Amino acid sequence: MGFLKRKRNGLDAPGIPDGLWMKCAACQQTVYRPEVEENMHVCPACGHHYRIGSRQRLELLMDPGSFQETGTNLKTVDPLGFRVGEETYMDRLERAREESGLRDALLTGFAAIEGFRIAVGVMESAFIMASMGSVLGEKFCRLVRDAIREKVPLVVFAASGGARMQEGILALMQMAKTADAVREINDAGLPYISVLTDPTSGGVLASFAGLGDIILAEPGAYIGFAGTRLIEGALKVKLPEGFQRAEYQFENGFIDQIVKRTEMRPFLARLLRCLSPQSARAALSSKEADAASDAPPGADTE
Amino acid sequence: MAETILPFERSIYDLIEAAGRAETVEERAALLKQSEAERLRVYANLTPWERVQLARHPRRPRMLDYTNRILEDFIELHGDRVIGDDPAMVCGIGRFRGRTIFIAGQQKGVSTEEKVSRNFGMAHPWGYRKAQRVFRLAERLGHPVVTFVDTPAAHPGIEAEQRGQGFAIAESLRLCADLRVPILAVVLSEGGSGGALAIAFADRVCMFQYAVYMICPPERCAEILWRDVEKKELAAAALKVTAQDLMDLGAIDAILPEPPGGAQYDPAGAAEVLASEIDRFLEACRQGAYSVEKRREKFRRIGHWLEESL
Repeated sequence: MGFLKRKRNGLDAPGIPDGLWMKCAACQQTVYRPEVEENMHVCPACGHHYRIGSRQRLELLMDPGSFQETGTNLKTVDPLGFRVGEETYMDRLERAREESGLRDALLTGFAAIEGFRIAVGVMESAFIMASMGSVLGEKFCRLVRDAIREKVPLVVFAASGGARMQEGILALMQMAKTADAVREINDAGLPYISVLTDPTSGGVLASFAGLGDIILAEPGAYIGFAGTRLIEGALKVKLPEGFQRAEYQFENGFIDQIVKRTEMRPFLARLLRCLSPQSARAALSSKEADAASDAPPGADTE
Repeated sequence: MAETILPFERSIYDLIEAAGRAETVEERAALLKQSEAERLRVYANLTPWERVQLARHPRRPRMLDYTNRILEDFIELHGDRVIGDDPAMVCGIGRFRGRTIFIAGQQKGVSTEEKVSRNFGMAHPWGYRKAQRVFRLAERLGHPVVTFVDTPAAHPGIEAEQRGQGFAIAESLRLCADLRVPILAVVLSEGGSGGALAIAFADRVCMFQYAVYMICPPERCAEILWRDVEKKELAAAALKVTAQDLMDLGAIDAILPEPPGGAQYDPAGAAEVLASEIDRFLEACRQGAYSVEKRREKFRRIGHWLEESL
């Protein structure tokens, strides 16, 4: 699992010592590390989007200091007594906590993007590949209810290897539970933006991540239900380059737009401006029209 | 029907074969009696991996065996109205004891040709979308839905991905979270992954006693967590896949009894058990026992976590 450790700093450059220069894992070009970091961990040469941690993503995309975390009191337990060899699930969780600094794979809270207040969820691939277990499912459901209570849009940055095997059938059932939570926010008439990042797969794609009102993706992100290796093994074929990438899913009609990380923040702000509940009311009633100027909600007093 | 004997069933069949070669009536009767005792012993002591093998037993009755036995009429509905028809997912309208029910379920197939044509019960996206269409129709016309789960998993394939398998399953789940008619789901044999759950977000979820229901096939779990497919026995044990396990975890509502060793020993009896379950379900529906709110609440509660005071 050494690769997870390397990805902690967002840069998976096997064999390249930490230093000012690094070789891009995608284009093999030698690039200046501070420039990559400055560029939101996107290779300035080829545009490869490195995986980044959930807190880092919040720092890059949300208004400074706007994030208020929720759901920190939910603790993952080991309902099956699962172990692989000597390592129990509790040990595995402890290792994941050390690797990621999180208690489970979904960070939730409120934040703002260019003044637009949102409920936000960010998944953490350094935490057991952001797999979905009971805590993740429950946190997603609570996040939805927070969004509804505060009447704010929901934005979720998905990344996941799928349902968490160590929680067995309970993990599978989180798909049903989170899909119902999406139904709840749909019924509440609030927008839900799902941003698919590398990788979004399995039970997470096949539940809340795949149900966004608006589905965005980062360039090159792996997005698929069954893993590439599983399909290759089952069909005894080599899958073409680009299979199950964001561009492929876009072409097949499952993604609204592919948005570069460096453009994500202004893009989301534009989208939130269009989708804000205030602008919806304004379109249907002249009284509300003034209240819904282009200024973010909350900038004016209600 | 060609006999398929699983490794751990060998001792039972040895006794049955010995009985066939017996020279006296008494000897034969004694050996058959012994085989019966052996059957009870073997099936009472199965390992989780053996339970998985038994759930996949090729002689287990399939969805259509059951529907043929218990429905007075069945009209199959084909096609998702967009791409095509998925033979792995059978949908339709049935008459059960004078009432109309809408049906969806995976059919693994019995003969080799049928298995191939039905893709071993592994549905494609248009299979889930066909089921969605039938669920909506049932809702609009006010009839209850009964689903039959019998699938190793969703189909791992190129076209399945191209046509948005993950998105299709997600849509099925959201639809079932909102369906205004009651849904009964019965796991017949093998319920694997999102492919199974896509038709099992139900007011009442039952499993046959020898069925398994799991997040993914144990072979797959072994590959990922043990990095060795041969560790499937360990994975099967760790995943907790039997009907009793799922009852204990609060993931299902009831277990439907089978004769020792499984429904294949008495398909008519198993069909009778299923018919009684459907009958009870419909009776409960008439008494207003189910609602979409209760269904949501039931699934909302599934999961184990600790909540610490802040």
